[in-house]
Amino acid sequence: MAFFLLLSLLIYLLSGLASLAMGRHPAWGTRIVPFGSAAASLCALIPVLYVLAGGTPVDLRAAWSLPVGSFHLHLDLLSAWFALPVILVSPIVSFYGTGYLRRHDRPRETDACGFFLQLLTGGMLFVLLASDGLLFLLAWEIMSMAAFFLVVFEHEEHEVQRAGWIYLVATHLGTAFLFAMFVLLGSRCGSFDFGDFDGLGGVADVVFVLAVVGFGAKAGFFGLHVWLPEAHPAAPSHVSGLMSGVMIKTGIYGLLRVMVLANDWPAWWGWVLIGIGIASGLGGVIYALVQHDLKRLLAYSSVENIGIICLGLGMSVFGVHSVGPVALFAMAGALLHVLNHAVFKSCLFLGAGAVIQAVGTREIDLLGGVQKRMPRTAALFLVACAAVCGLPPLNGFVGEFLIYLASYWSVLPQGLPSVNPRVGGFVVISTLALIGGLAAMCFTKVYGAVFLGEPRSGCGSSATDPGRDMSVPVTILAALCAVFGLGGSLLMLLVASVAARIHPLAMAAPDMAPLREASAVYLNVTLAALVLAAAVYGLWRLRDRLLAGRVVRTGPTWGCGYPHGTPRMQYTGSSFAQPIIAAFRSLLRSELGGDWPAGYLPGRSSFMTHTPGLFMHRFYTPLFAAFARVAVRMRRIQQGGTHVYVFYVVLALVAVLVWSLL
Amino acid sequence: MIADFFAALFGVTLALILAPFLRTLINRTKARMAGRQGPPLLQPYWSLARLLRKGAVYSTTTTWMFRAGPVVTLATMFGALCLVPFGGNPALLHFEGDVLLMAYLLALGRFFTILAALDTGSSFEGMGANREAFFSALSEPALLLGVAGLGAITGSVSLSGIYGRLGNSAFLGSHLPAMIFILAAFVIVYLTENARIPVDDPTTHLELTMIHEVMVLDHCGVDLAFIEYAGALKLWALGLLITGIVFPVSTGSFWLDAGVSLASMAVLQICVGLVESLMARLKMGRVPLLLGIAFVMSTLWIMWVVR
Repeated sequence: MAFFLLLSLLIYLLSGLASLAMGRHPAWGTRIVPFGSAAASLCALIPVLYVLAGGTPVDLRAAWSLPVGSFHLHLDLLSAWFALPVILVSPIVSFYGTGYLRRHDRPRETDACGFFLQLLTGGMLFVLLASDGLLFLLAWEIMSMAAFFLVVFEHEEHEVQRAGWIYLVATHLGTAFLFAMFVLLGSRCGSFDFGDFDGLGGVADVVFVLAVVGFGAKAGFFGLHVWLPEAHPAAPSHVSGLMSGVMIKTGIYGLLRVMVLANDWPAWWGWVLIGIGIASGLGGVIYALVQHDLKRLLAYSSVENIGIICLGLGMSVFGVHSVGPVALFAMAGALLHVLNHAVFKSCLFLGAGAVIQAVGTREIDLLGGVQKRMPRTAALFLVACAAVCGLPPLNGFVGEFLIYLASYWSVLPQGLPSVNPRVGGFVVISTLALIGGLAAMCFTKVYGAVFLGEPRSGCGSSATDPGRDMSVPVTILAALCAVFGLGGSLLMLLVASVAARIHPLAMAAPDMAPLREASAVYLNVTLAALVLAAAVYGLWRLRDRLLAGRVVRTGPTWGCGYPHGTPRMQYTGSSFAQPIIAAFRSLLRSELGGDWPAGYLPGRSSFMTHTPGLFMHRFYTPLFAAFARVAVRMRRIQQGGTHVYVFYVVLALVAVLVWSLL
Repeated sequence: MIADFFAALFGVTLALILAPFLRTLINRTKARMAGRQGPPLLQPYWSLARLLRKGAVYSTTTTWMFRAGPVVTLATMFGALCLVPFGGNPALLHFEGDVLLMAYLLALGRFFTILAALDTGSSFEGMGANREAFFSALSEPALLLGVAGLGAITGSVSLSGIYGRLGNSAFLGSHLPAMIFILAAFVIVYLTENARIPVDDPTTHLELTMIHEVMVLDHCGVDLAFIEYAGALKLWALGLLITGIVFPVSTGSFWLDAGVSLASMAVLQICVGLVESLMARLKMGRVPLLLGIAFVMSTLWIMWVVR
């Protein structure tokens, strides 16, 4: 089994290198990346399925020339589960990327993009496999740096450079915390091997905090999320899809990997995770609602979904200390949402990419009526929109259903001494419900403003559905949304073995029987969905039957008696978000501006809204400006003359001498 | 088991037949309060029949989305109706967490109604759509949290389990204040979801202040009939959540239970009519505050239940 894992990693590397080398034969170069990705995925799928099906974890140790660390790969249930989205989504994204980049006509960058895409995917798999602190950091850096080079695809644009820079700083600040965490663990446990980290060296709380910050920067916890809304719009759409759908989940994986090593999960971890869940979930969806840029909106929506996952993890922490299936359901819900979000978010990004490429703008308020010109893309995008809102019978509902169910169980009277799970469940239910409602508002805004109504500008008047090379991957992802939704019961059975064996859970709830029951319960949802589909079909036929032979006319939309309406007078995405801007005024600090109409015969007037990211604007920008000021002052000691540095060396030597004498 | 199934089927059939009549009760109450005689008792049925006989006019802007709106809305209402218990009997479909499916089916219907409204490209409908989206987002936590409160009181996580056990008077004593607050929250959610005063005014649709009626401005004929019928079913399905708290029945006699449920449903509609007669619609900016109040009331049970 270990052979397949190594082979998979090797294929990623070799196909990436080959795509670089094939620069002169673009036809070969572009094909080698997706097919390499598919082959590597197939190779990795064998051990992953083997482990998920109950096989023994795959373990591999190899020679390692450095004095510290070891080359130790380990594929257990947790890694296998997180490897699923990587294996599933990356080849699809890769095939789409080939078509997408062909239309960009930038051969040099395309080759590099293929190489770094393989490096990113392979890096993610490597991260999931690495079972040694140093090796993990190495893999983590490969993944992060590959993502950086993918983000700066259009490297001559100023905005893209800025986005890449922000991503680079954010990811390395996160890595700094991970360094601190692994050094602390390594010094406490005497080795960097994950196997020796049992009990987290007695400093579990410190390690947890470092992990939350370090991995949170990658996962996009609210407050550490600033790179997402910058990097995702800048990157090519398939890269955004892969980063937003899959890469940020490595942050969740890292956090869970560390948590699993702890002996116990104290209740305050639960509150921290639920707090992060509330901030990320609500903050993400509210910021998503007020965005004008389609891809920036989707990036914020990823923050929201990471929030939902954190709510599940938080409930699971509480559940460990309570009876009943709370911990199991919540953990399973969070894990399922990891997989499902990967599918629908990459579908959204790929669909959005097709639209953006066809119309030439990311500005939601310039679009409209795209459904008539790109009916196929529109239908697929609609499926993903409904999925991200958690609407049954699509896959977004499955994970949320389990997290809700865990919360409902936790408020039941069970004669427990602790109020934590009950209050936690209470908080999670209200947060999830609000997030769900606002997400529905957000994605009706997106779909309504972009795809429905009349075009608001001349953008993309000749847009058409993309060719098969781009539409087939999106179709597959949309179909997966439906399949995973309808087959939610099977997914629950699959995740049961993973969730039930996560270490502290395995002590509280050693069996997965409750999840088996939940999976049987979920069959009711599937049944209801089928009945619903039948009802929709029947009613549609009924309407057609009734209207047959009657006068069915077409005309303009009723304008309440005013016949001179123009498409620009339609409700825009910004108008749709106005109640949110008004209601959360103090949180969002939106800037309103423009020339208001004045006088009896007003001339040209305009209106604009802009909602800057609060953390970027109020926290990070001033912070880094302060760093820059200090750095400028420090420059005085950097004179550039050799004699000065010789003086510094002497000074340092004297200082060491004095210190050793004292 | 079989008896339960037929009882539930009977409840759903009653709903399908009697739901439009609820409109009559509300309108009659309002008319009486205003000193008018009111429309004939069967007026909603005649209206539906007339709409079903009409042809249609579709805007050239619209696509299949506009036609899907009413169909999906009505289908989801059928689904929701199958999940709500009637007269103390388990619903047609009941399982752990069925309330989630019910809430999310309503959300699915709303999703399509909103998109159908946006499909017309009309600013009026866009305005109604965004209000509907916003207000329902605010009312959803109150509903789900209220049900969680009832679940915490009765020890069940399914609607049928909760409403089946509410009839047991043992819950009344110490949990009475909690129940009252949950009930108050549900009433506000009920008025919001069904687009009644003080949140929305169902009688006019040409004002910019309207929510639900303005969203269906362009629908006509069969489509409008579907929407009206779905609205009536929603009035019924969500009404059962309220009447089940106020008049929890478990007399053991099926016909008596059904009778009490029907009577309480009628009383609820008369109350809605009274509210509409005695109150004015709130200013649009105040509605989020009202829903905030509903949310707060739906949280208060925690003081009596979790100790």
